[in-house]
Order: sequence, then structure tokens, then C-alpha cells
Amino acid sequence: MTRVVLPYHLRNLAKVDGEVRVEGGTVAEVLDALEVAHPALRGTMRDPVTGKRRSFVRFFACQEDLSHAGHDEPLPAEVLEEKEPFLVVGAMAGG
Amino acid sequence: MAGVRVLVGTRKGAFVLTSDEGRRNWDVAGPHFGGWELYHLKGSPVDPDRIWASQSTGWFGQLVQRSEDGGRTWSPVGKDFSYASVPGTHQWYDGTPHPWEFARVWHFEPSLTDRDTVYAGVEDAALFKTTDGGESWHEVAGLREHGSGPHWQPGAGGMCLHTLLLHPTDEQRIFAAISAAGAFRTDDGGATWLPINKGLQSEGIPDPEAEVGHCVHNLTMHPDRPDTLFMQKHWDVMRSDDAGASWYDVGEGLPSDFGFPIEVHGHEPDTVYVVPILSDSEHYPPDGKLRVYRSRTGGGDWEPLTKGLPQEHCYVNVLRDAMSVDRLDESGVYFGTTGGQVYCSPDGGDTWDAIVRDLPAVLSVEVQTLA
Repeated sequence: MTRVVLPYHLRNLAKVDGEVRVEGGTVAEVLDALEVAHPALRGTMRDPVTGKRRSFVRFFACQEDLSHAGHDEPLPAEVLEEKEPFLVVGAMAGG
Repeated sequence: MAGVRVLVGTRKGAFVLTSDEGRRNWDVAGPHFGGWELYHLKGSPVDPDRIWASQSTGWFGQLVQRSEDGGRTWSPVGKDFSYASVPGTHQWYDGTPHPWEFARVWHFEPSLTDRDTVYAGVEDAALFKTTDGGESWHEVAGLREHGSGPHWQPGAGGMCLHTLLLHPTDEQRIFAAISAAGAFRTDDGGATWLPINKGLQSEGIPDPEAEVGHCVHNLTMHPDRPDTLFMQKHWDVMRSDDAGASWYDVGEGLPSDFGFPIEVHGHEPDTVYVVPILSDSEHYPPDGKLRVYRSRTGGGDWEPLTKGLPQEHCYVNVLRDAMSVDRLDESGVYFGTTGGQVYCSPDGGDTWDAIVRDLPAVLSVEVQTLA
């Protein structure tokens, strides 16, 4: 399982508190599993047709920005071992 | 007991305001979807407790929420607004071709006869329809594919289909307005569309015969007289008596004929309301006075309505979907401002009072008249 921290608005949409846990060892697998477990999240992190990450959404883990890495690459070992969470972050923007 | 429910969309959530027919004492519920932009909420005329809400942000995109209990609780429904064909390009602000991209839903128009059918006007401009209560949406592609699309261009708020009027008895006839393309009409349920912009004259479009390109801000009609349309254009308040085939100017006498919303009285087809705004550069009322103007003659002979509205130091705007009327015996008029006030006049505009004063900037106001 992978521990996932969602931003405030997506936690509300998914009706969850705190971290969620889903199967998945890559960014794409985690997003797939999140969208299956919480259909309301479909389209909020990536385009539902093209799969392209939404431009104001970023992915982090272990102090690394995984947003631009290949989404089929394995997540860091600490994430796979559940020592660290995978973070979905809404970019800071606006006033 | 008769009453009203006012659905308010704001920059930071939705609010539901309810009152009995006196419209003096209000219950305020919300925010729903706090922190999200709610461009529009509208209830089904067939089943008023069934309401659709357009929820979006630049971060997480578009969602559609549906309530079955008058706005107390909500559930997400379908949100896939994929164009039916390769959408091609429209004009960008500088006149260069720009790819058509879905951004958000600006307006819902529920069917007058079927609780599961709703039309949605979206940005970049297109018309969508659901026949399963919002679970799935399909583009009514005849509008975008009219052929003039490559010449459409965005207004300041984006290239949006923001207004939909359904004919009260002919389900095949729909009116749509797009900024900045103009007004369109279908007489065959959406298969084909006719630009209805003859008589419109717009600064920046030197050709008085231009078929498209006009920045129509809002349209309205009274259901008892569906061939008569009123239009608030970027500049100019216009009227048509032939279902949009031709238009003439009825804005003379207003302090400014720039503005966004336009509405018709609940029972009087010749009583029209606008909110003049100083100019397209300033976007606030003339002289710092918030005045609704009413014509009882179908345009022209405009009178300012000021009792209860701020008459000094007021620099808010009233957006295109932020005005509505109820259909109680004495028709009420409502509007919301970018300063977060929602005003109600229970007597057709003679007197006004603020229902709330400090909401986030108001994007839309829709009123439901409850039996």
C-alpha cells in the first residue's frame, strides 16, 4: 500500500480525513487507484482524457518533486515501504 | 406556504437563501463547496428540489454537483465535457488562431419538462446536454460547428456560452449567447443554428452586417411573449420582436448602456431591468451610485430605482448571471454584486434591502419560486 496525502479540497471531495492508502508503486498506479477508490477525484489531478497532469497540481515524495518524472517510474523506496507518504499538492498561486 | 429560494454562486462557494413570501426575513445557508468558484446554480422547474451547481477551480478543474433536497446536501455527478469532434481553433485576443479548450461550465439551463434533462453552456464556447440527470454530458455540436467558430473570440472573462433561453412551449427552439460571438437560435433542437445578430452594432466591428463577433452579455425573455427578447450587449440595450431576426436599440435615457445582466418582470412582459455600469474600462456604477433602471414600456422611459441601494461610494459590479426575478404575486427582483451583497426587492424594484452584505464576490443569482 502507498500512503497518500491529498490537499484540502481533494480530501473534502473524497470525503476523507488525513492520509489515504491505496495500492500502487508508481505515480500512475497511485492516481489510478485513487480515482477508482474515490471517483469524485477523477479529472481533478490529471486530464481524464489525455492523462496529463493538471498544471496547478504537483506530486512530491521524500523531498523530491516527482511532477515531471515519468509517471510509470517506481516511487522512492521509502514510499513503497510506507515510511514516507506520496504528496499531492495544489500549487501555491493567487493572493 | 409560498416562498422563495435564492441560489447564489460566488468566488468562494455557494449559498442558499430562503424566505417566505414576505421576503423580509431570510435564512442563509452555506458556504457549500467553500473555497471553490461556483459559476452557476439552477434548479429544475419540474422538480425544484433538484438543483445543479457548477463547481470549479483553476487547480482541480470542473465538477458538477447535484442536490435532491433543495440545496441542503449535494453529490457529484458527471463532469466529462469532451467536445464531440476535433474543436479546431477560434480567435485569440490578438486575432491569432487559438486551440479550443474546455475550461468550465458557465451556465446550466434545466429542461422545462423533464427533470433529467439539462443544458450546459461552457467555456470554450459549446453547448452540452444531459438526459440522465447529469451522469453523462454530450455536446450539442451543431452550435460549435456552425461554421463561424474560427471567427469567435473571447471576451475578458473567456470565450463562454453564458446564456441559454428555452422556448416555453416549443422544445425545438433554444436561444444561446456567446461572448464574443453573439446570439444564436436553433429551431430544430440544436441540430442547426442561426446567428441572430442583425441590427447589432459594436465598436471594433466596423461591418454593421457582421454575422458574428458581437459581445452579447445577456439575453432574457418573458415566457408569455417568447418572440420578444431583450439583450444587454457590451454597450447597448437591445430588443427584438421577431425572435432575434432583427434588433433595435432601447437604451436611450440610461446613464450608461454598458452593463451585464438584464431581466424581465415576473408577470409584466414590458417591464425590464438593467444595472448600468459606467464603462467597459471602469466596471462600476456611474457616480458611485448603485441604481437598477426599470422600463415599464419594453425599453425606453427608464427610471432609476434607488430606495435601499447605496447612493454614494459604491463601486461594485453586477455580473451577467447575477440578477433574477421571482414569480410570486408581487414579483420580486434580486441581484448580487462583486462586493458580496445580495439585494432583494419584494415589490418589483420600488424598494430594496440587502439579504446579505458580506459574501465573496457574487457570480450568479437564481431565484426559485416555491409553492
